[in-house]
Parts: sequence; C-alpha cells; structure tokens
Amino acid sequence: MRVGVVTFPGSLDDRDAMRAVRLAGGEPVALWHGEHDLHGVDAIVLPGGFSYGDYLRCGAIAARSPIMAEVIDAANAGTPVLGICNGFQILVEAHLLPGGLIRNDHGDFIRRDQRLRVESTDSAWTNGFEVGQEITIPLKNGEGGYIADEATLDRLEGEGLVAFRYLDVNPNGSLRDIAGLRNERGNVVGLMPHPEHAVEPGFGPDTREAMRSGVDGLTFFTSVLTASVLS
Amino acid sequence: MPTIVVEVMPKAELLDPAGKAVAGALHRLGHDRISDVRIGKRFELHVDGEVDAELLAAVEKVATDMLANTVIEDVVAVEVRGETAGASA
Repeated sequence: MRVGVVTFPGSLDDRDAMRAVRLAGGEPVALWHGEHDLHGVDAIVLPGGFSYGDYLRCGAIAARSPIMAEVIDAANAGTPVLGICNGFQILVEAHLLPGGLIRNDHGDFIRRDQRLRVESTDSAWTNGFEVGQEITIPLKNGEGGYIADEATLDRLEGEGLVAFRYLDVNPNGSLRDIAGLRNERGNVVGLMPHPEHAVEPGFGPDTREAMRSGVDGLTFFTSVLTASVLS
Repeated sequence: MPTIVVEVMPKAELLDPAGKAVAGALHRLGHDRISDVRIGKRFELHVDGEVDAELLAAVEKVATDMLANTVIEDVVAVEVRGETAGASA
C-alpha cells in the first residue's frame, strides 16, 4: 500500500511520518504541496509542523495550497487521510473536519508524553485499537485548543465522531477533552498528538517496561493498511 | 490607489489567550482601568483602479472564506479607504 505524505513549506514531521509508514509495512510516497498530483497513492498523511509559518492562522494557507484540491477530492471519495497536529489544523481549515483549533488556554507551547483514550475505532486509522484503550504518544503544540459550538460538540459526541480524548490532563483547553476526530465515513482522522513519534523502540515515550519503548502510534499506520484490504 | 480594510476579531465568547497575556502585562504596569484586551487582525488590501460593487462583493466573500475562519473569528469591518485619506487634512 502506498501512503503519500505531503510536504508543505514549514512541515517538520514529514520524514518521521514517512518512516512510520515504512515501519508499519507500507510504502511511503513523498508528495509536494505545489503539485496537483497525488501520484496514485492509496492514503494520505498531512504531517505536523508550521506550514507557511502559521501565517494568517495555523493551517489556513496550506489548506488552500494546490495539492489540497486533490486531497479534498480524494477525501470526499473515501481515500484515508490522517492529519497530525498542523495536519489536523489543515483538515479543519479545509472543512474536512468541523470546529477549529486556537491558542492553548494557558498561552504556552507544550510538549509532553500524553495519555489518550481511544473513543472510536470505526475509522481507517484507528481500526487496530480497541474502544476504551489507553495509549501514550507525544504531544507538542502551541495552538491545540479544540473548539466548536455546543451543537457541533453534541453532534460529534452523539455520532461517535470523537476519536481520541485527553486523559489525566487537558493540555491545551480543548473542549470536552477532545484530542482527535474522525469524519462520518471514517476515512478522515485528525488529532493534535503525534503518533509518528511513537513507532520505534528506543525513540518513543517511556513505558513501565523500559525507557522510550512506547510504540502506541504504530497502530495508526498499521490500521490503514488493513483498511485498504477491507475496501 | 484605494485600499480595502478588512478587520477580523476572535469571537467574543471564545477565550483569547494572547489578549489575556497582554491584559496581564498592562495590569502589572499599573493600568488598572483597562479591564480586558482582545487581539484581532487588520488586512489592508491595495486595489488597482476603482473599487466597484463587484470587487467589494468579492472581498466580502474572501473575508469570510479565507481571511477569517468564521468558526473562531468574526469579520467586523470591510471598508474602503481612499489613498489620500488623511493627506488633505
């Protein structure tokens, strides 16, 4: 399975995302923001970073870059799309997921290994988890506060579209502890924490067993391989 | 050359952490009568030629489609300013 990772000007975690795809058993394909070409990939990752320097709003200019026309069409046709951190911000700016992300309520950039609860496994990127499973992956953001109006929040909860919720602490003031969402179809997932930084022993979060041994993020990238077989 | 000014503010009901930080600094400097600060954006769009209704309508659309994210912000003003505004005073 070929998984494209889009590089925007200011993307930081595109190489990590490509490595995560490879470690999961997929074939990573580098995609460029300025092209109108998805190179026939089967799934797409919008990586973390500070695309266009976060000018205007986080993800706002990237959401209107050339390749996003193709990404939006592909997402609407059912192609799996994962947005991580800045990628999540791009997905909400592209209206592929509802709501918005604003500056952390405490005003500081935060970096921590973050516990999450998996709330929905009905998606291309979360089907390898179990509902209620608790995972730990790194979080690092300055503008990760998820907001939406009450009606939207109620709809997200009612339709089971909250994919991940923060555990222990709410690190950025996100409403209802929302860390990540999926769309109705389940092919689009966005979250602020970084699964691609927890895919390889020696480089992930600490666990009870050993330092830096956490690989909870790998399941995102193995899930999508299964999703393509099923469809 | 006329200019179209677009002003965008964070929605009133949302927390504005940047404004809150500025308000905190002002209070530390002794400005006790300033109760709150909210930080918005001002766009100055320079126009070749005259501003007509068609262009103004296009700018009003792009203001809500791109310059502001209406989930978290409101467009509070779209105004035309002439190049010589203030110069003749």
